[in-house]
Amino acid sequence: MEILDAVFYLFALMIVGSASVVVFSKNIMYSAFALLFTLFGVAGLYVLLNADFLAVTQIMIYIGGILILIIFGVMMTNKIRGVDIKTGVSGKVQVYSAGAAVLVLGITMISIFNNTEWLIKDAPALDATIKPIGRLLLTDYLIAFEAASVLLLAAIIGAAMIARRKKA
Amino acid sequence: MTVGLEGYLAISAILFCLGLFGVITRKNAIMVLMGLELILNSANINFVAFAKFGGMNIDGHIAAIFVIILAAAEAAVALAIVLNIFQNYKHVNIDEVDSLKE
Repeated sequence: MEILDAVFYLFALMIVGSASVVVFSKNIMYSAFALLFTLFGVAGLYVLLNADFLAVTQIMIYIGGILILIIFGVMMTNKIRGVDIKTGVSGKVQVYSAGAAVLVLGITMISIFNNTEWLIKDAPALDATIKPIGRLLLTDYLIAFEAASVLLLAAIIGAAMIARRKKA
Repeated sequence: MTVGLEGYLAISAILFCLGLFGVITRKNAIMVLMGLELILNSANINFVAFAKFGGMNIDGHIAAIFVIILAAAEAAVALAIVLNIFQNYKHVNIDEVDSLKE
């Protein structure tokens, strides 16, 4: 069982390290590529938590969809050849005060998490989660599922309408 | 496995704080979007961790799936808006964008 712990710490290190690169890097392209490793690390945590379908969904939608979209956005809104690929930050005072506030928030959250008596109730081990997920989506969560499909349709139409060039 | 619920919650707290810091301090609209993705991922880790350790079973997974759906829709619409801002302003610094039409 020790090997699972080692895998967890590996993914944790990967997530925290690459997320730091995302946030602190000056070059927005490096940030976009570091986001790839963060999302992969989160997918790894899903596997450790017995969420196989969710891990595959994470890789397909986040890495295959959202990340590609973000990289397209970076390339279309920055001058790659010029010097303008850097991303600016607010003034020094704002950055330091925001950093201090976020640090306090993080320490508070982690201490609350560690000092709470959680009611641990292990989920029964499942072979694969895809079958119960599909059954729940079409029974208990049917309305939310249909609403999500309408939302995605509206998002497609809205994004196409907004991004269209007005004068061709 | 000795790493329990607290380990996953700690990772998600760190990820949330990093994402929040990015959202607050960056000027580039796409960097703000990336910070937002980090925050949504940290929420998802919590959902799945409670699904395993808190007895929520599959319901936690379904909440995480809906979060992923919303993130996809949000990214598509937000990037369309960012492209429009770039056409109008030739930059995407959100602190200098103060109107939607020229």
